[in-house]
Amino acid sequence: MKTSLYHQLLQVMRILVGVKRVIDYVVKVRVKPDKTGVIKENVQHSMNPFDEIALEEAVRLKEKKIASEIIAMSCGPTKSQEVLRTALAKGADRAIHIEVDDVKAENLEPIHIAKLLSKMAVEEKVDLIFVGKQAIDDDANQTGQLTAGFLDWPQAMFVSKVEPEANGEIDGGHEVHRLKLPAVLSADLRLNEPRYATLPNIMKAKKKPLVKKKPSDYGVELEPQIEVLEVTEPPPRKAGIFVDDVSALIAKLKERGVIA
Amino acid sequence: MLAAKLPTALAGKLSSRCCRLVSTLVLAEHDEVSLNPITLNAVSAASKLGDITVLVGGKNVKKIAEEAAKVENVKKVLVAQDKKLEGQLPEYMTNVVMAAQDQYKFDSIVASASSFSRGLIPRVAAKYNSSPISDIISIIDGNTFIRPIYAGNALCKVRTKAPLKLLTVRTTAFPPANLKGGNATIGDVTNYRFPEYAPEFVKQEIVKSERPDLLSAKVVVSGGRGLGSTEKFKLIYNLADKLNAAVGASRAAVDAGYVPNDLQVGQTGKIVSPQLYIAVGISGAIQHLAGMKDSKVIVAINKDPEAPIFQVADYGLRADLFKALPELIQAL
Repeated sequence: MKTSLYHQLLQVMRILVGVKRVIDYVVKVRVKPDKTGVIKENVQHSMNPFDEIALEEAVRLKEKKIASEIIAMSCGPTKSQEVLRTALAKGADRAIHIEVDDVKAENLEPIHIAKLLSKMAVEEKVDLIFVGKQAIDDDANQTGQLTAGFLDWPQAMFVSKVEPEANGEIDGGHEVHRLKLPAVLSADLRLNEPRYATLPNIMKAKKKPLVKKKPSDYGVELEPQIEVLEVTEPPPRKAGIFVDDVSALIAKLKERGVIA
Repeated sequence: MLAAKLPTALAGKLSSRCCRLVSTLVLAEHDEVSLNPITLNAVSAASKLGDITVLVGGKNVKKIAEEAAKVENVKKVLVAQDKKLEGQLPEYMTNVVMAAQDQYKFDSIVASASSFSRGLIPRVAAKYNSSPISDIISIIDGNTFIRPIYAGNALCKVRTKAPLKLLTVRTTAFPPANLKGGNATIGDVTNYRFPEYAPEFVKQEIVKSERPDLLSAKVVVSGGRGLGSTEKFKLIYNLADKLNAAVGASRAAVDAGYVPNDLQVGQTGKIVSPQLYIAVGISGAIQHLAGMKDSKVIVAINKDPEAPIFQVADYGLRADLFKALPELIQAL
């Protein structure tokens, strides 16, 4: 009985997916000499890998006819539209770009995105918000939880399976939660393998709607609460040495006192 | 009469407020059986901020509260025991934390970074319109903290003006507080109501292991794709047994199904910093290095001399792991 009710809800499910443009995960980032941040100019950017996974899961739910519409959103400077076009090419139906200038974009905090997501979810009447579990630039791992908090919706974080029972990754194993929609989910790496956007789909994506909005359109102010004082390189490790064989290795480890 | 009383009451309130010490709430982590030792790292970080109260929520937590009351520097333990708190789902725990916060007005709420706190702290933060700070590795002062960004490739010093400070601390960056020496009072959290939308905790499947916990082990032996199969990964367990070590893995080894995912070390897995970290058949992607490069001594065993893992290793052994590992196990 419970299950059938769940399915009824699922059939009209509208999904809002948050996607972030970040420095590509293969890039070795460099800190700016003036310590104000990391060098982003002329550096390869792409969609945050966890957001790709969240989007992929949403698209699969649509392919199973469980979801009716997928809205992709991103907040940032004009270039954020690149990741929204990618999202459209991978299967999102339409996109909303919340445009902010470069200075504001630098000072965005997860709490700001969460406020935008929660306002947008109400306005667009979505049943599910799906985000990546963390962005690989700020490594905050907060947006999904904050959004659920603002909306007072249940949350399932670090999800590795949606079926309709969400299976969340935790330390030491995994947990199964059953929750009612509307809800907020965040995707773990294990959830799926995102598809590539094909050329025909990239072409089609150019015709899909991408609407530009401002934070004020949702009544959200991006008041920073956290000031970045300094960004520095982590202390470098002392260069190591190669040892010739296992016995030399053991001798060195005994010398350092890390094995008996 | 009333008019005369009012100023005194107000004055009393004001003076108690201005003399009140800065106070911190630490969220205890536990499995209903014992206090998770990572709570001790949070207590030790919180002791740099002010007087410590520990909150223990769960289905059956009286014993855990007693344990927490003995931890050094803990002044008070607050208990919320309820059937609905089984699994300590964030939807329920948020309301418990709010009840404690509204009653005692803490300046900050702290927990060790883990799945539990990552689920809970930001949800609570939304309720107080406060930007949380994740995974701090250093406390400069009550408002200034250092945290890693970009998979640990940069350190970011931040100052917060959030109305309530909500912090998760990186376990490996703070020594554990002493399990003994405290004599805290134990009280109950009251006045919490649970939300109507009631998520249901279905089950938890914990990977059982006799080995030391990854997060607190002194020695960690990790295997990567180079092991080639679940059967051959046993070599890693055999070496770990010799060293009383925890077993870790790279994402590649987890994805290939050699080991369960909770053994993953890296940016999105566990962050470890043992005395000795032995990486076997792991190339050393940025994401893996993020989880182990603060280890005291790093050993890499790999047959590819160009593997990036050698750039962070103190001792590198260029060898076929299927030759080197049995030799190493034999020699120890």
